[in-house]
Amino acid sequence: MTDRILTTRMEAHPADSHTMSRYEATGGYTALRKALGMKPEEIVAEVKASNLRGRGGAGFPTGVKWGFLAPARPRYLVINADESEPGTFKDRQLLERDPHQMIEGAIISAFALAVNHAFVFIRGEYSRSARRVQQAVDEAYAVGYLGRDILGSGFALDVTVHLGAGAYICGEETAMLNALEGKRGEPRIKPPFPAVAGLYAKPTIVNNVETISNIPWIITNGGAAYDAIGPEGSRGTRLLSLSGHVVKPGNYEIVMGMSWRDLIYGVGGGIRSGKGLKCWIPGGASAPWFTPEVLDEPVTLDDIARLGSMAGSGAVVVMDETTNVVAAALSIVRFFAHESCGQCTPCREGTTWLQRILERVLAGRGRPADLDLLLDVCDNISPGLRWPPAMTTICPLGPSAVSPITSIMQHFRDEVAAMIPGGVTAGV
Amino acid sequence: MKITVDGREVSVPGGQLLIKAAEENGTYIPRFCWHPRMKPVGMCRMCLVEIEGPRGRLLTTSCTTSVTDGMVVHTRSDVVKKAQEGVLEFLLVNHPLDCPVCDKGGECPLQDQTLAHGPGESRFVEEKRHFEKPIPISDLVLLDRERCILCARCTRFSDEISGDPLIEFIDRGNYTQINTFPDEPFSSYFSGNTVQLCPVGALTATPYRFRARPWDLEAVESTCPHCSVGCRVSVHASQNRVLRLVGVDVAATNQGWLCDKGRFGFEYLRSPDRLSTPLLRGDDGELHEVGWAEALDAVAARLGAVIAQRGPGAVAGLGGARSTNEEAYAFAKLLRGVIGTGNLDASLGDDPGPGLLVGVPTRATIDDLERAKTILVWGPDLKEELPVLHLRVRRAATALGATVVVVHPRATGLDRDAAHTVRYRPGEGAALLKRLAAGEGELAQVREALSAGPVVAIVGRTGLAESADLAEAVAGFALTLPDAKVMPVGRRGNLLGALDMGMSPHLLPGRVSADDENARDALATAWGAGVAAPGHDVAGILTGMADGSIGALLLLGCDPLADHPDRKNAAAAFARGVFIVSLDIFRNESNRRADVVLPLDTFTEVEGTVTNLEGRAQKTNRIVPGVGASRPAVEVLEDLAVRLGGSIGGSASTLAKEIAAVAPAYAAVTWDVLDWGVGRDGIVAAGGSFTHAPMAAAKDTAAGDLTLHLGRVLYDAGTMVSAGPSLVGLAQEPAAHLHPDDAARLGFASGDRVTVTGNGGSAVMPVALDRTLARGTLYVPFNLGATIGNGLDVKVTKA
Repeated sequence: MTDRILTTRMEAHPADSHTMSRYEATGGYTALRKALGMKPEEIVAEVKASNLRGRGGAGFPTGVKWGFLAPARPRYLVINADESEPGTFKDRQLLERDPHQMIEGAIISAFALAVNHAFVFIRGEYSRSARRVQQAVDEAYAVGYLGRDILGSGFALDVTVHLGAGAYICGEETAMLNALEGKRGEPRIKPPFPAVAGLYAKPTIVNNVETISNIPWIITNGGAAYDAIGPEGSRGTRLLSLSGHVVKPGNYEIVMGMSWRDLIYGVGGGIRSGKGLKCWIPGGASAPWFTPEVLDEPVTLDDIARLGSMAGSGAVVVMDETTNVVAAALSIVRFFAHESCGQCTPCREGTTWLQRILERVLAGRGRPADLDLLLDVCDNISPGLRWPPAMTTICPLGPSAVSPITSIMQHFRDEVAAMIPGGVTAGV
Repeated sequence: MKITVDGREVSVPGGQLLIKAAEENGTYIPRFCWHPRMKPVGMCRMCLVEIEGPRGRLLTTSCTTSVTDGMVVHTRSDVVKKAQEGVLEFLLVNHPLDCPVCDKGGECPLQDQTLAHGPGESRFVEEKRHFEKPIPISDLVLLDRERCILCARCTRFSDEISGDPLIEFIDRGNYTQINTFPDEPFSSYFSGNTVQLCPVGALTATPYRFRARPWDLEAVESTCPHCSVGCRVSVHASQNRVLRLVGVDVAATNQGWLCDKGRFGFEYLRSPDRLSTPLLRGDDGELHEVGWAEALDAVAARLGAVIAQRGPGAVAGLGGARSTNEEAYAFAKLLRGVIGTGNLDASLGDDPGPGLLVGVPTRATIDDLERAKTILVWGPDLKEELPVLHLRVRRAATALGATVVVVHPRATGLDRDAAHTVRYRPGEGAALLKRLAAGEGELAQVREALSAGPVVAIVGRTGLAESADLAEAVAGFALTLPDAKVMPVGRRGNLLGALDMGMSPHLLPGRVSADDENARDALATAWGAGVAAPGHDVAGILTGMADGSIGALLLLGCDPLADHPDRKNAAAAFARGVFIVSLDIFRNESNRRADVVLPLDTFTEVEGTVTNLEGRAQKTNRIVPGVGASRPAVEVLEDLAVRLGGSIGGSASTLAKEIAAVAPAYAAVTWDVLDWGVGRDGIVAAGGSFTHAPMAAAKDTAAGDLTLHLGRVLYDAGTMVSAGPSLVGLAQEPAAHLHPDDAARLGFASGDRVTVTGNGGSAVMPVALDRTLARGTLYVPFNLGATIGNGLDVKVTKA
């Protein structure tokens, strides 16, 4: 059973897995040669058959997304390398250690989608990633995998590497498109969706780095082979970024289906300093938290959703018994308040308001009314405090800030109440 | 299609925005960022409604949702109400409690919607964010960033509508603010519109700041007098002073927008320099204040003497383009009927000519721009002379896909949105027209663009050194284009109205030829007095004054000495000892030489009609009294007529009815219909037997090394600008603009002081380099204090 797709090369050749010479020497660009001999529809069919789901956070089936692309020309492919969800550092590893894998995946995808210009949007802070990707792009042009008439196929593709300027919100696909167009990085109203009207109002597909990096393997081995890995709904392998109070934090490529216990205590080596587990975030800062009751539940996209959270960007942040949950929640809320684009009222005002309340509570200046106030402000951003969240906002950033607060109020309300001077009587 | 709103089924046009469909059917959904004239952005989140769908109810913004057949909408459900309360509480989190000191209080959508849809109290106990407040972002507009609710109405207006994107969001999240770019103030000609459409008091206007509370204001609709677009305004006054103008949305004309000159250019009404008493020149040669009776007696006596000794043909009248139709009609009737002279003109020689203005076949309306495939603009820079018409053309180009072709000696405000721009130097326009009509050389593409109809051609004089013949020829060419309509443009507010009232030697009221003896007889019957045959136009009148054949001149709201482009002719005319009577509101160059000056009531002080460049008659209304002893022109002219043994007929309202009876093109224009009936958007005058076939041949006059482009700018030395404290500082110093190649050839650098000499004088000014200018052209803006005449040939030498 295959348990590595994305990290094989970088594990075997840590010194130079990012170079063209190593890439070609280890089977690189053979998938491209095979793909150029296929019909574009066949490639799309393989991706659909693989049941590959997007690895950026939403988990939308990639083949289905590709099928939405409108017929108008020109079309664009944008690779989302704006990895900014707190706790996520997997794309960085792919960009720095195996950029050609992503580029080969991009060329195959562009060929399948009749795209002649692709963009890689890398967050500006990832300077080594940007250097490595640009170097790989330059190498690909030099050999002829990019540019005119690739490998004599008649297919042409240009790749532009573009750096972000320090905004998490540019990871939202329509904000990314606005940023690429030179505008403020603000999400657009949807519909229209990018597949219909995206970059420069043309049909555009935006895919995550990890998603695209899977494409060469799928072409080489076939979609059915990918679909044979892992449980239903979570096919293939997945890169998880494990961090927090674990003994062995890091990026791990796993096949989904193990339990959280296996992940945290097995893969992650357990809690450091022998402390007890308090809670963990299963999928990035936007995800509601899990507590030890669900330790034996499987780590799959559908099971996590069933339990009221999301696999998201694959970032697992583990918190032990010493964690002040209010401080932890504040850390996340402060992030979202800082990153709010400011377009819509509830997020612009609400996230900072939530931050101020949590700061007061943490500083010992909370009031009894603040507990319900926190939840009601959250309700005005995400009505019903449901999962998946409803929104009064333009994009899900607002509701993301709500997750840590509903989590601590749901699981640790007494702890929060204990920080209010004078205490909080029931019913207040 | 049919949709259901709060349980009620209504019929709505397919594709309409839900927020608009609901409003038009009686359900007002609260909103801040949505504006009916701009694209929706869904940012404020106030217009959230619930729409039923396959997965339950979806909470979404009604301003970004188009109606679909069978849509079921809930605008007052518990979820919606909580969302509305939430949004308002969020808006009030950082919004300062400024109501007691904020201009917007009393007409504030935030106040109104908080009362209607908001929570009773805010639960926010933290520190609000702070900005230095207010900061001036231009001479006319102040910005308070604490009050701003970041609805983007102002930035979207500046980007989408006016094309002056000088304000923009900077920073992010809770610290987002509106600001200008470094060293680039918000000096747009349209900045005042952002003050009007700001839903809070973040943008305030310097001329109005702290002047009044809305509930103290009285209001009346009127028509802006500054140019011939005829924008609809609401005049707000308190305690007999006009305090501000706001734009009213009339779909056919200004669609709610005003230019800053129109919006803020009312301060002249209460200028201390306004004429308030009749003035009579005494034996000491000075003008002295006298009473009305003495002044009018003096006029009647001197006029009577001239008529008795030399006949009525020795009397002439100029003006009316700044008056109402009723006033111009009264003036024309006094001159043609009571006095019996055919020497009368509302034109001051700076427009395309009365023939073309009044008689153009197939005249375009402003709305025709919306349906045009191609728009040709060969005339003034619309942004400077007719700003809101510029906005309408810009809208056609950017929002409706029209192809715009601009022909002008230098870059105009429309160039950026034009598909084709053609340069030529004044004096060579006829040759260019010939080449353009034939599609020669590099003009082939432009010619091809012009053959895509429907075509609307906006035709005028690009500058005052250019002959009106060229505009005629351009109009003639335009009429050969497919499905073409022509809009000849003159700048003064009621020029077309005055001409329509017969203030032109060859025109009788209502677009009838004065050369038609039968028409004169018919009018004479109606007037109960003779109707004089055609006499001299303004050029002939000025010549007649200089050579002595004209012995008396009546001026109604005009200043030929300053405004007639031929300074030499005008100066010679006024140097003679002609008896001059001026009815006006300020002292000016012409009436400084007058024998009698009579103070008039003006805009906002008289009721009447005015006619815009489409021929659309609209009301202008009274809300404040005049100053001192000033009187309405119609009354003054009647008093004069009576003293001369005749009569004009009555007050302005009586004359309005008479106009409808005797002026064929104005048969449908009555005050009742304009005020209360289907004429609420104005009535386009139509009919009258006068037509004018544009002259085909224009001739290029021999041109020297440099020809003069004498274009206008919006803020100049005109009295209505310079008498207003808010606008006077916006007029720039004149400069001699040259193309860098010409400057280099002549040995000038930017900033060098030069003497510019034309056919009417010379003036010293600095050189400015203009890369967009046609080669061999010198551009000096008209009416900025540099009087050099309007001859095409000019010389530039080092000062």
